[in-house]
Amino acid sequence: MSHYDAIIIGAGMSGLGAGIRLAMFDKRVVVLERHYVWGGLNSFYQFQGHQFDVGLHAMTNYAPRGAKGLPLTRLLKQLRIRWDELDLHQQGHSAVSFPGTKLKFSNDFELLRGEVAAAFPDQIDGFDALVKAVREFNELDLDAPTQNARTIVESHISHPMLVDMIFCPLMFYGSARENDMDWDQFVVMFKSIFFEGFARPQQGVRHILKLLIDRYRRSGGELRMKTGVKRILMDGARATGVELDSGETLTAETVLSSAGLVETGRMCGQEPGAQATGKLSFTETINVLDKPARDLGIDETIIFFSNTERFNYAQPAGLCDTTSGVICMPGNFDLPEQPKDHLVRITNIANFDRWNALERDGEDSPYNRAKREWYTRSSDDVLAHIPDFRASTTLVDMFTPRTIRHYTGHEGGAVYGSPIKKRTGASGIEGLYIIGTDQGFLGIIGAMLSGISMANRWVLQRDGATVETT
Amino acid sequence: MTDENIKQAIIGIINDINPDEDTSNINPAERLRDQLDLDSMDFLDIVMELRKRYGVHVPDTDYEHLASLDSCVAYLRDKMADKELVS
Repeated sequence: MSHYDAIIIGAGMSGLGAGIRLAMFDKRVVVLERHYVWGGLNSFYQFQGHQFDVGLHAMTNYAPRGAKGLPLTRLLKQLRIRWDELDLHQQGHSAVSFPGTKLKFSNDFELLRGEVAAAFPDQIDGFDALVKAVREFNELDLDAPTQNARTIVESHISHPMLVDMIFCPLMFYGSARENDMDWDQFVVMFKSIFFEGFARPQQGVRHILKLLIDRYRRSGGELRMKTGVKRILMDGARATGVELDSGETLTAETVLSSAGLVETGRMCGQEPGAQATGKLSFTETINVLDKPARDLGIDETIIFFSNTERFNYAQPAGLCDTTSGVICMPGNFDLPEQPKDHLVRITNIANFDRWNALERDGEDSPYNRAKREWYTRSSDDVLAHIPDFRASTTLVDMFTPRTIRHYTGHEGGAVYGSPIKKRTGASGIEGLYIIGTDQGFLGIIGAMLSGISMANRWVLQRDGATVETT
Repeated sequence: MTDENIKQAIIGIINDINPDEDTSNINPAERLRDQLDLDSMDFLDIVMELRKRYGVHVPDTDYEHLASLDSCVAYLRDKMADKELVS
């Protein structure tokens, strides 16, 4: 039986971030990953010789080299990674597109402000007041009480469509709640998307994961793939280790779990509460085009759209809701070389239970027929926002809520986990802490910072306190 | 270790934490926080590195003594007297 200072469940962004911190300071640490690839929600796969990313459209929280006090800079220092190594390239511009109104934005916040002032002149003072409230809120105070973002946003902005246009990208890129967000999460997302903005490495998410894995291994951390955790071992009210699917047991002083709140609870033999499982899952179609999207007249990097004036961020009754979504053109980042594949990716909200109920065997199975049908409907519904690209499509792949469950292990294929967040990481069980999506820091940078700050708080700082008393 | 060595030890740690930072012109009397991009997470790292590299324990109630290079020297002089500079 092996004993560790810390066992980390999940080799996603948060698990690797936490692992690096602990390994760096000579802790005995192991990261356990059920899957055969790392990355969790931000992973990658091959399809007919093409390399596709899961999850990642863009890295939010862009910061130029040396920018002070921003999440990206904080992350680089904590992981001892140089800015250059991330190989970040900024977006051109993106847009929020609703019926009759389009707001462009880029990594220069003034573009968005100008667009709001032009399209909603009577709302710009309210918008400025909202921006001030966002700027002044300290989202790093993990012990602050939770408030509803919609109440605060509507206190500043009276035009319902503008409210929804502001929420739309923030929800699509990080909300586990239907039609509202916790205020602190709203602030995190607002800053990361509108103040800081989008960038990506030339090679996408693979590049970031490779940096993390290399950094973790060089620091002496142990990584075990295809190693699922069956249950968390308890001694009274305290977590003492894990039992693996193989029956092997590992013990540890501390267990950090990125598996999700509901999923971690189940590993401790707890039944989740009715509200704990997230309802929001997605489908995504990946179109490979025969030419760059720009040659078809698509200039935006990412478009967040709704075909109705009120944006409905909620689980649909049917398989998908294609009346809103995200359109991503990875080739429209300012990349040094055009990627080998010219892609248009379209994300829609979807219903996990409906997809999960479909029989999957055979090319003409209900599951595969549903994929073809919803591919067509999804493509039709984006044509109000981009020129018709369908004649240029040479290959399509589509992933569904089932795929998301496969990669993340999240019940219900809940992309952003549970609507309940544990901001301090405390799980209610001594020695067991929640990191990643259900701790509540969002986006790739947020996920890494979640693992880092929980490792600091519950292992490294606690360690310092022990030294003090001895 | 000389006072100058102690300064070099601290600067060496800061360079490792943030290789993108210019540490060539630090005023030893002025607070580090006011000259460099250092937050509380970074001070935790300075403390952790002092322990890892030099076996020096800095309890969190004493973090204030690490405010400037001069105060670091005053605080660490006795603790690091018998240590060798790690490059």
